[in-house]
Amino acid sequence: MLDRREFVSRLLKDRGELMVLTGLGTATFDVASQGDNPLNFYIWSGMGCTAMVGLGLALARPDRRIAVITGDGDVLMALGSLATIAAKQPKNLSIVCIDNAVYAATGMQPTATGAGCDLAATARSCGFTHVAAPTDVAEADTLRPLLHKGDGPLFIHARVGTQKHERIVPTRDGIGMKQRFLQASGKPAMF
Amino acid sequence: MAHAPDPSSAASHTDWPDRIHAVFKKYNVRQVGHVPDTGHTRLIALCAQDNEIHDVVLTSEAEGPGLVLGATLGGERAALLMQSSGVGNCINTFSVLANCAAPLVLVVTMRGEFNDFNPWQRPMGKMTEETLKLCGFHVYRVDEEKDVEPVLAAACDMAYGGNFQVAVLLSQRMINRMPGAH
Repeated sequence: MLDRREFVSRLLKDRGELMVLTGLGTATFDVASQGDNPLNFYIWSGMGCTAMVGLGLALARPDRRIAVITGDGDVLMALGSLATIAAKQPKNLSIVCIDNAVYAATGMQPTATGAGCDLAATARSCGFTHVAAPTDVAEADTLRPLLHKGDGPLFIHARVGTQKHERIVPTRDGIGMKQRFLQASGKPAMF
Repeated sequence: MAHAPDPSSAASHTDWPDRIHAVFKKYNVRQVGHVPDTGHTRLIALCAQDNEIHDVVLTSEAEGPGLVLGATLGGERAALLMQSSGVGNCINTFSVLANCAAPLVLVVTMRGEFNDFNPWQRPMGKMTEETLKLCGFHVYRVDEEKDVEPVLAAACDMAYGGNFQVAVLLSQRMINRMPGAH
């Protein structure tokens, strides 16, 4: 089992202009622990929607690379969106699922992945042509270039342990985040 | 057994879908997410054929608001097409649009309100407008074809001008749903 924070840390090293979207749950704290960034967008409601936000952004910004970093609970809530995304084959989108097999934020209740649901296989069967399932944290170093230059859509299924890490809680101001994201990515606030 | 509809001819005897598409073009709508409805057949086809519009087939309407937020973060305008039953699937994900002031024009074909072959559409159809209002939408309703274009344009002005969520409900009587159509 990987250590989630170390894996995310290595994946985001030298991230440059990578756009990073995070879903409800511990993945947000993992990304925020690497430092706040105007090209981070933390989603705090609408559980299940994170991957689709990635698709909308990937279609709108074919010139940029987008990584969705989120948990198994968020992915499981909208499994169909994997099929939706694969049908569009966005080359600039990666989905990184940090799968600890529990709903850590609500009391460690088990998710379906612990009972046998294999999200890497699910992504593959939905039509993701590039799927990785790292078993060693060092694999982050070989996956990292794929986030920046790989031919997407890429699905990284990282099975992680349930180690406790510090909760780094970033901004929850949705409008403020939107404005700074648009500004940092060279878009006007109104369009 | 209900008569099977011919989707190629459904709702194509009038040109309101063409006028909605024209309004989308005028307002530079670049992403359109949809779950099919017989009433939306022609508009979906027009968007799919349009090289300047990304049309995204959703497996559930609940995926739509996420797509719209992503488009917004990328500086593009987005719209969603669904039938009234789909509105109920979106209640929680609509929240991201309100939380981030992400603009949306939502075009809803109404079910369960007039001569619907499937009466089970009635409960969700009946609560669609109130549901949208509770979700923070400004809601317009179109009962006559002549109003389609000005109302869609007003919805676009309101949504994209002020970063609001605006819904346009197209009445089932106006759509003139074919017997047996879904």
